[in-house]
Amino acid sequence: MIRPHDSIIVQSLGRFLIPVIQIFGLYVLFFGQYGPGGGFVGGVILGTSMILSVLIFGHDASRSQIAKKILHGDGVGMLIYAGVGGLCMIGGGEFLNYAELDIPGLETAARRSLGIVLTQIGVAVDVAVTAVSIVFSLSAEEIIEDSLNG
Amino acid sequence: MEKGSLMTFSFEILLLILLLVTAAGAILVKDLMSAILLLGSYSFFLSLVWAWFGAVDVAFVEAVVGSGLATVLFLLTLFGTAPKDSRLRRPPPPMAALVALPLLGILLLYAANDLPQFGDPNSPANVHISPTYLEQSYRDTHTPNVVTAVLMDYRSLDTMVETVVIFTAGIACALLLRRHAS
Repeated sequence: MIRPHDSIIVQSLGRFLIPVIQIFGLYVLFFGQYGPGGGFVGGVILGTSMILSVLIFGHDASRSQIAKKILHGDGVGMLIYAGVGGLCMIGGGEFLNYAELDIPGLETAARRSLGIVLTQIGVAVDVAVTAVSIVFSLSAEEIIEDSLNG
Repeated sequence: MEKGSLMTFSFEILLLILLLVTAAGAILVKDLMSAILLLGSYSFFLSLVWAWFGAVDVAFVEAVVGSGLATVLFLLTLFGTAPKDSRLRRPPPPMAALVALPLLGILLLYAANDLPQFGDPNSPANVHISPTYLEQSYRDTHTPNVVTAVLMDYRSLDTMVETVVIFTAGIACALLLRRHAS
């Protein structure tokens, strides 16, 4: 289990930096269609911000509760990604053929753009949860099971 | 050669030297903690190399995952496994490896001569399907970044299975490492 870091410098910097990192992660995630970035990198940055809060403030701090809560979301990213594929099949196309997403009022290219956004969110959620989950697996002993069961 | 191109060229040489030094250092250094940090800086220099090649997305992933997340995971593993003695005892390499590996390297360098030139417009990778993607991806998907369009739309099933791989890695870590508070 990770105890909070003693240094006031580290704590103040973490308090300031973690929200900035999270906003940057969201920016990278949604800007991936227009520049470098995308779901994978955005997810890693979002996960890293939560890992940073665990490393700085410890497992028990209130700031680390998001990281603990997010462990329940293991597999949600996969569900989003495959769910988009399933919606395409419901719309009458092949698996993951976004052009068949059944949304009225959108032309084909806009549907495919929307499909890209949705699947990128799926990848980001999956990667972020997995990164936090691996860090908890490596660092926690009994605390993790307690927090998950209780 | 112009002065500007000479300057960029020397920068690339410097980058490659730093890459080689950090890679050799990560292998040769005795302390495991130093090896992890050297590996992180190696990943950072490697991301600069990717950016120099114009592969900005790969550079981004390398910088974030290679020098950010992987370093943290290695450090946590080190703290979890070897709290007392993190120094590495390494036996000298066998004679066969010292003879065979340089020969293999020479063979690879010889084979690399047949590869197309970097940026050659007539190389097979540049004439097969890339022009189709470059010409049609914006019209098809309204996504200016061609890399994203290829990854998430044209090759979406591949990306989904990659996501499954990451998911499986997280599940395997949890199954192997998390202890039950019984």
